[in-house]
Amino acid sequence: MRPPGAEATLGQNDDTGSEMRTRIVILGGGTGGTMMANRLRRRHDPAQVSVAVVDKDDRHVYQPGLLFVPFGLAYADEIVRSRRRQLREGIDFHETEVEQVVLEDDAVRLADGTVLDYDVLVLATGAVLRPEETEGMTGAGWNERVFTFYDLPGAEQLARALADFDGGRLVVSLVDMPIKCPVAPLEFAFLADWYFTERGIRDRVDLVYATPLDAAFTKPIASQHLGGLLDEKRIELVTEFATGEIDGERGRLVSWDDREVAFDLLVTVPVHEGAAYVTRSEGLGDVLGFVPTDPATLQSEAKSNVFVLGDAANVPVSKAGSVTHFEGEVLTENIDRFLADEELSAVYDGHANCFIETGFGKALLIDFDYETEPLPGRFPNAFGPLPLLRESRLNHLGKLTFQWLYWHALLPGRSIPGIPHAMPTSGKERQQEAV
Amino acid sequence: MTTTEFVGSQVERDAEGFLVHPEQWTRTLGEAIAHESGIAELTPRHWQVVDFMRERYLTTGTAPSIRALGKESGVPVKELYALFPKGPAKLAAKIGGIPKPRGCI
Repeated sequence: MRPPGAEATLGQNDDTGSEMRTRIVILGGGTGGTMMANRLRRRHDPAQVSVAVVDKDDRHVYQPGLLFVPFGLAYADEIVRSRRRQLREGIDFHETEVEQVVLEDDAVRLADGTVLDYDVLVLATGAVLRPEETEGMTGAGWNERVFTFYDLPGAEQLARALADFDGGRLVVSLVDMPIKCPVAPLEFAFLADWYFTERGIRDRVDLVYATPLDAAFTKPIASQHLGGLLDEKRIELVTEFATGEIDGERGRLVSWDDREVAFDLLVTVPVHEGAAYVTRSEGLGDVLGFVPTDPATLQSEAKSNVFVLGDAANVPVSKAGSVTHFEGEVLTENIDRFLADEELSAVYDGHANCFIETGFGKALLIDFDYETEPLPGRFPNAFGPLPLLRESRLNHLGKLTFQWLYWHALLPGRSIPGIPHAMPTSGKERQQEAV
Repeated sequence: MTTTEFVGSQVERDAEGFLVHPEQWTRTLGEAIAHESGIAELTPRHWQVVDFMRERYLTTGTAPSIRALGKESGVPVKELYALFPKGPAKLAAKIGGIPKPRGCI
């Protein structure tokens, strides 16, 4: 097998076909995998580099849209598209499960029997929900009074349950970090306040937000702002509540230290793990199936020709599409450098950027990185139109516009004008940073 | 961040009481931090968790989460909460003299 980086052979195909091409295999056809495949396909001559994508199905879900489904603000047909059709011409799509990555052979075994040899492997298989990891979650009451909106069937069932709910105690809980889009359960609570107000029954609904964290969010300043919003919206906050068991029959969340929170309707976020093949592949992942990854270069710790982006990586940053997008710009360059046998560029700074829907047509925006927590100010710079950590209609419009940008700019692998991959520092009010 | 005299040695601790330099840690310091945090005595079961956390941090650069602890330390999650009330990973990290786990983002 030709070692990666052997430039002399690039493009020198023999008569039998494409064996001499550099082979890039991407596992996962979601946000990260699709974006990387399109970027790499555009950058490299198909005669020299082949790009293949593997995913288990052909349904690409716009995951930020799941939040809106339970409230009747979005429908399945608006947020699901074909994975294959988001990929540029010249990208091979394999619709099958990944069986195993065999690091020592530089090969991926697929469930349909195919073996894909690679020179560079990109892991973009995201995180999966594991409701069965929490005792009782999938037992009595599952999808009757215990729901999650983190997948489409769950979100659709919850929509029906919310429509029928005419009063009582609605508890929103997350079991444990890490989860995708860590602000989404808060957004759900804010939107529930709006939804029941619109229906004229807010005074008959008790809203409770139960979290294992010691505050509303993971970072202090954002926690103060978000905790304040919970107060304003009369949503009770229960902190340091680590769910050990869900008793759907009695309507109780039970913590590991035997505290209880009662519910009539529970909206919960199950624990997440990496994709199942990761733990089946020797030397690839950690005990939760996430892949140990260099936080600045996005190279895996397992082997130098394996790179990771998005939720599949263990880097200490939110599992979110914006992170994947910013990582993608760094990773594209690093794959080029790797193939050219150059030193990798260690510049991913942990930049993340999230709109937080707060109901009544408004949203907050937060922008942060490995070192800088979300701060008040303006975005993308001091004169930027979007206020940070403050509710505004413009942020809400930004969140809605993002769906268009997702399909038409982010997935095709284009940079979003005015939004650099490195976190902008101008516009952030640092004097308020917690000490 | 302040440097304080703590059980006879000069150590630097952050606002929440985590040691800034894991190499300044001793088992005596660990016991003192446990006391301070409301754990009267560190049993061998406590030490099993603290030692596991510390070793994992020193070899990989990150401390394991509660779920990873439950799967790998040999102490089930329920017992972790009994040993280290409220936040086992956080508290065991503090007692073991390593930084607050960054896992929760």
